[in-house]
Amino acid sequence: MDDVELGPGSPSSTIESRGRRVNRQHVPVLATLTLLALMYGLGVVNYEGFSDIQVVLNIFVDNAFLLVVAVGMTFVILTGGIDLSVGAVVALTTTLAATLLHAGWPAGVVLPLMLILGTTLGLSMGAIIHYFRIEPFIATLAGMFLARGLALLINRNSIPIDNGFWVTIAQQRLRFDRGVFISTSVIIALVVVLIAAAVLIWTRFGRCVYAIGGNADSALLMGLPVARTRIAVYGISGFCASLGGVLYSFYTLSGYSLHGNGLELDAIAAVVIGGVLLAGGSGYLFGTVLGVLVLGLIQTILNFQGTLSSWWTRIVVGVLLFAFIVLQRVVTGKRAVTGTR
Amino acid sequence: MTFHRNRLFWPLAVLVLLLVLNIFFANHFFRITVNDGHLYGSLIDIARRAAPLVLVGVGMTLVIATGGIDLSVGSVMAVSGAMACLLIGDLDNQNSLPAVFLAIGVALVLCLGLGVWNGFLVSVIGIQPIVATLILMVAGRGLAQLITGGQILNVNSAPYRRIGAGYFLALPVSVLIAAAVAAVAVLLTRRTALGLLLEAVGGSPAASRLAGVQARGLTWLVYVIAAVCAGVAGLIYSSNVASADSNAAGNLIELDAILAVVIGGTALTGGRFSLGGTVLGAVLIETLNVTILSVGIPVEATLLFKAVVVVVLCLGQSPAFRERVLGRRRTPAPVAPKEEVAA
Repeated sequence: MDDVELGPGSPSSTIESRGRRVNRQHVPVLATLTLLALMYGLGVVNYEGFSDIQVVLNIFVDNAFLLVVAVGMTFVILTGGIDLSVGAVVALTTTLAATLLHAGWPAGVVLPLMLILGTTLGLSMGAIIHYFRIEPFIATLAGMFLARGLALLINRNSIPIDNGFWVTIAQQRLRFDRGVFISTSVIIALVVVLIAAAVLIWTRFGRCVYAIGGNADSALLMGLPVARTRIAVYGISGFCASLGGVLYSFYTLSGYSLHGNGLELDAIAAVVIGGVLLAGGSGYLFGTVLGVLVLGLIQTILNFQGTLSSWWTRIVVGVLLFAFIVLQRVVTGKRAVTGTR
Repeated sequence: MTFHRNRLFWPLAVLVLLLVLNIFFANHFFRITVNDGHLYGSLIDIARRAAPLVLVGVGMTLVIATGGIDLSVGSVMAVSGAMACLLIGDLDNQNSLPAVFLAIGVALVLCLGLGVWNGFLVSVIGIQPIVATLILMVAGRGLAQLITGGQILNVNSAPYRRIGAGYFLALPVSVLIAAAVAAVAVLLTRRTALGLLLEAVGGSPAASRLAGVQARGLTWLVYVIAAVCAGVAGLIYSSNVASADSNAAGNLIELDAILAVVIGGTALTGGRFSLGGTVLGAVLIETLNVTILSVGIPVEATLLFKAVVVVVLCLGQSPAFRERVLGRRRTPAPVAPKEEVAA
C-alpha cells in the first residue's frame, strides 16, 4: 500500500517550479483516494454483486453516524486536541432520548434537548481545557466517564424506541431510479459535512482553528480569539457526537448505554486515515469523509468475503493506520515533536 | 506550610477520605484475618485488584516521563494472556511447571516484541507517541483474537492459577509481583542516573541529545518496559479468571493507567515523574471502586464517581485553577514548587 502511484506529483517532485505540481498537503488525501479506488476495484473484481450502486450507498447508510462524529473530531484534532468522550456521548444521547420518548415526551422537545446537552458537555470540557490548562486527553476522559456513567445510571438495559416520529424517520427511504435508496440520516450527515467544510474553508473561525493547531501561542500573539475558538471546537465535537447519537438511535431504534463503545477510536482512525495531522494545523474535512468511507469499505469487503472474521477488521485498520501515518511522516518530512499535545 | 503544596497531598487526602468513608459503611473494613496461612480482608482485596493497574501504571509512568504516551497497554495485556493460555491449553499436562514457565516466557517475549515495535515507531521513525501506540491499540485486540481463534480459551493449570490467585508468604502473589516491579523501577530511576536521563529526554529531547544523552535509545527502552509490564499484568488478569478473554482483558486499562499517573502528579508533558505517585494513584482508583461497592452506590455510578474524582483532582493540581478560583495566596513565586518527591 506504500507504493501509491502519484505520477508526476509525488512528494519528491514538488520542487518543480512549473507544470503539474501537487501540493504536499494534498498527498495524504490523494493517497486515501487512491486506496479507496484500489479497494473498490478489488471488491468489484472479486465479489459478485459488489459493483451494485446500493453497496456504496449502504456504506453511507451504515456509517452516517460515524461520519457526523468524525466531523466533530476533525475540528478538535485540527486544533491539536483530542476528544475521547464522543462514544460515551452517543451512548448517553441514545439512552436519554429513548427514556424520555418512552415517558411520552414529544420528539420535537427531545431532539433539540439532546443536541443542547451534547453541546453543553463539549463546551464545558473546552472551558476546563482552556482556562485551567488541563490536558485535553484527561478532560475528555473525565467527560467520557461522566457521559457513560450517566447513561448507565439512567438505564443499564437496551430500551426500544417506538415513538412515531423516530420510527418514521428511521424507515424513511429516499428512492432513486433503479431501486437504489438512502436513508434520512445520510442526508443529515452530508449536510453536516458541507456546513463544516464551508466553515473551515471560508470563515474566520475556520482559519483560527488551523492557526491554533499550527501554534497556539503565535495565534494568541496575533490577536486571534484563541479562547473562544478552542472552547467552540469542543462544543462542535459535543454537538456532532450528540447528533451522531440521534442518528444512531434512528439506525438501531433503541437506546443503550453501551452503544458507541470504541467509537472514539473509529472516529480518530478515520480522521488519521483521512490525512489530518494529529498534531493539529493541517488536514481537510474531505479527507475525514474518505477515512470514514475506507473504514466502511473494509467492513463491506469482509462481509462479502464471509470467511474472514470480524477481528480481521481491526488488524486491517491497524495496518492502514500505520501506512498512512508513515506516509504523513514522509510528506511532512519532519520528525514529530514527542509529546502528547 | 509547604505540605499542602506537595504533589501527593491531594491524592493522599482523597485516599484517606475514601478509607474513612468505608469505616462507616463496611463492617470490619480494616480487619485483616489470617485464614490457613493467607491474609484476608478488604485492604488485601484492594491491593490484589490494584496489582495489574500498578504494573501497567509503572510502565506508563516511564513512558510519560519521556513525554510520550502508550495507548496500547490494554491490547498488549490481551495478547499476553491469549498467548499464554494458547500454549498452556495445548499441553498434555497443564500442571507441568517447566512447560507453564515456558508458556509465560513466550508470552512475555511476544509482548517485548510489541514494545520494540512501539518504541521503533516513536524513536526511530519519529511518529507522535499517541498515534504510534494507537496503531497497536487498534490492531492488538485483533491479534489477540487471532491467537485465540476468537474464542475464550479456558485453561486448567494449577501453577498458572497461582500467578493471579495464589499466595506466597501469606501475601497474594500478584501483589508481590507488582510490588517487586515497582520497587525495581524506583531503585533504577532514583538510585541510578536513569531517572534523571528520562526526565532530561522528557524535558527536551533535542537538548538532551545534544548534551550527550542517548535520547533515542532511552525512548525506545521505555516503550519496551511498558509493554513487558503490561504483559505481566495481562498474565495476572488471565490467570485470575483462568482463561483468555481477548475482549475483556485490559479493556480501558490504558485510560485508568494514565489517570493513575496523572493523579500521582506526573505531568503529561513529560520531564518529571513520580512512581510512588502512580502507585498511590492506582491504589486510589481501586479503593474508589471498592468504596462504591461498600457504600452501596449502584455499580452503574462507578464511572460517574470516577469522573467527579478526576475533575476534582485535576483541578486541585492545576496551578491555573488555584490562581483563578482559590485566589493568589502565594508569595511572589507563581510557579508550583518543583522539588523532587522521593518516590
